[in-house]
Amino acid sequence: MNRLLLNKIILVLSTLSAVIGISFLFWILATLTYKGVSSLHLSTFTQDLVNGGIRNLLVGQFTMALIASAIAVPIGMFAGIWLREYSNQNKLASVIRNLSDVMMSAPSIVIGVFVYALFVAPFGNYNGFAGVIALTIMMIPIIISTTDNMLALVPKELREAGIALGGSKHTIIVQIIIKAAKVGITTGVLLSFARIIGETAPLLFTSANNQFFTMDLTGQFPSLTVSIYNLATYPDEESRQLAWAASFVLTAIVLIINLTGRYMTRNKK
Amino acid sequence: MGGKLFKNFSFFSATLSFFILVGIFSILFIYAQDSIHEFGFHFLGSEVWEADEDDAELGVFGGYIPLLGTMLSTIIAMVIATPLAIGIAIFLTEIAHKSLIKPVSIAIELLAAIPSIIYGMWGLFYFAPIIQSTFGGNGVGLLTAGIVLAIMIIPFMAAITRDSMNTVPDVLKESAYAMGATKFEVIKDVIMPYAKGGIIGSIILALGRALGETMAVAFLIGSVMQLPSKITDATTSIPVLLANNFSEAEGLEMSSMYYLALILFVVSFAIISIAKFYFLGKKVK
Repeated sequence: MNRLLLNKIILVLSTLSAVIGISFLFWILATLTYKGVSSLHLSTFTQDLVNGGIRNLLVGQFTMALIASAIAVPIGMFAGIWLREYSNQNKLASVIRNLSDVMMSAPSIVIGVFVYALFVAPFGNYNGFAGVIALTIMMIPIIISTTDNMLALVPKELREAGIALGGSKHTIIVQIIIKAAKVGITTGVLLSFARIIGETAPLLFTSANNQFFTMDLTGQFPSLTVSIYNLATYPDEESRQLAWAASFVLTAIVLIINLTGRYMTRNKK
Repeated sequence: MGGKLFKNFSFFSATLSFFILVGIFSILFIYAQDSIHEFGFHFLGSEVWEADEDDAELGVFGGYIPLLGTMLSTIIAMVIATPLAIGIAIFLTEIAHKSLIKPVSIAIELLAAIPSIIYGMWGLFYFAPIIQSTFGGNGVGLLTAGIVLAIMIIPFMAAITRDSMNTVPDVLKESAYAMGATKFEVIKDVIMPYAKGGIIGSIILALGRALGETMAVAFLIGSVMQLPSKITDATTSIPVLLANNFSEAEGLEMSSMYYLALILFVVSFAIISIAKFYFLGKKVK
């Protein structure tokens, strides 16, 4: 009977692990909603940080993440295209693939230090460009791996059909292969956007933060996440409430983008 | 003409990640030179971190405390996360009813999507007080940081473990069941040996992630330069020291910060490479 009992125990423990994992998700989301919604006012969205709102922070965070995407998405896609379509899977391709995987897991604070040395220290001041570059470096490897994996799923026959029609290699890639992999790549882009919009560590000493509304990327740039870190450590209740409100908005944005991405691929299958 | 340009640009993009990695290593190495010259490998074992008030080029700096803090918080996280993540993977592959697999998977993956700063906020205001009333101490410290780190890496570990458990052929499992094996025996004697590489790989990858995690730990570890004597004691870690003090440092202290960043970068590079090459295999389709 012993082995049946042991079996039961293990199965119960495994189920318990899943229950624990899900409870933490709901616990975190519940606190965020409770604290966040009670601290949210209309003025939170219409005022800048200096007046107790997060308008400039939201605009700043999105601006940096969007510019970073505008740079990282084409570079990452071209790199993925080279890996899958041009490299003939040679040695260099496998080296690049592995390095890009390593880069994907590099500690984000180290990327912040690197960008600081190159783009902040020489100019003597924090700037939005440095923040954008740090986020771009974080995003590129994710896009590379998504593109690489999605292109691998495109059937060989499609490529052959393109060749039979007399298309040149890059026309086949642009008009057939990328189109076939469109949904998967879009999902990857959304997921990586959701990841970098919530990043704090690479922004701490690159863009730093700004209390005022600005679109000037050559100076300190407003960041929602850096503000949350600062606000949460202030002793006064008002700052903390604003930190909760900002955290709630940030999490809502991240989870909505994330779920949208997942929903798209689910529809396809 | 356009084709050539297209090809060249894709090649350039592909090599970019190589140059960025080399760039990160070189820049950290160059900026850490002063500190490396001054302290060499003793840096790793020295617990003194004292700037000279008059001259930024003087002072004594050692990385032992943040190194130890990084290792201890990571070890606590791994000890808690590993069994839970494997449990979740077993639940998802072997136990859960079909209708449960998807929602549970999505919930676990959403847990991974929550930004780390949110874990920090929540941990500081809701979790730290619980630790304080249960284990004593200040609330913030190694234990709190370790547990919240564990919650953060569980989804990641569980996802890779689940994927490698899913690769076990049904025929193998069915033949074990046909011999009268219980579910646990199938897991222990068929699935685990088959998926071993993937599971160890996922553990090592999660380890790399925990080592470099900054924001959640910054809220929770206490951020003080002191050696912990109990598990609930406050201390600091490399990412946290960098996050809080990097931009205000000068001279030799700054160089020592770059040294710490270099150590962190090299260690995570090594860990991730080991996980990829030895355990997860090269996933070239």
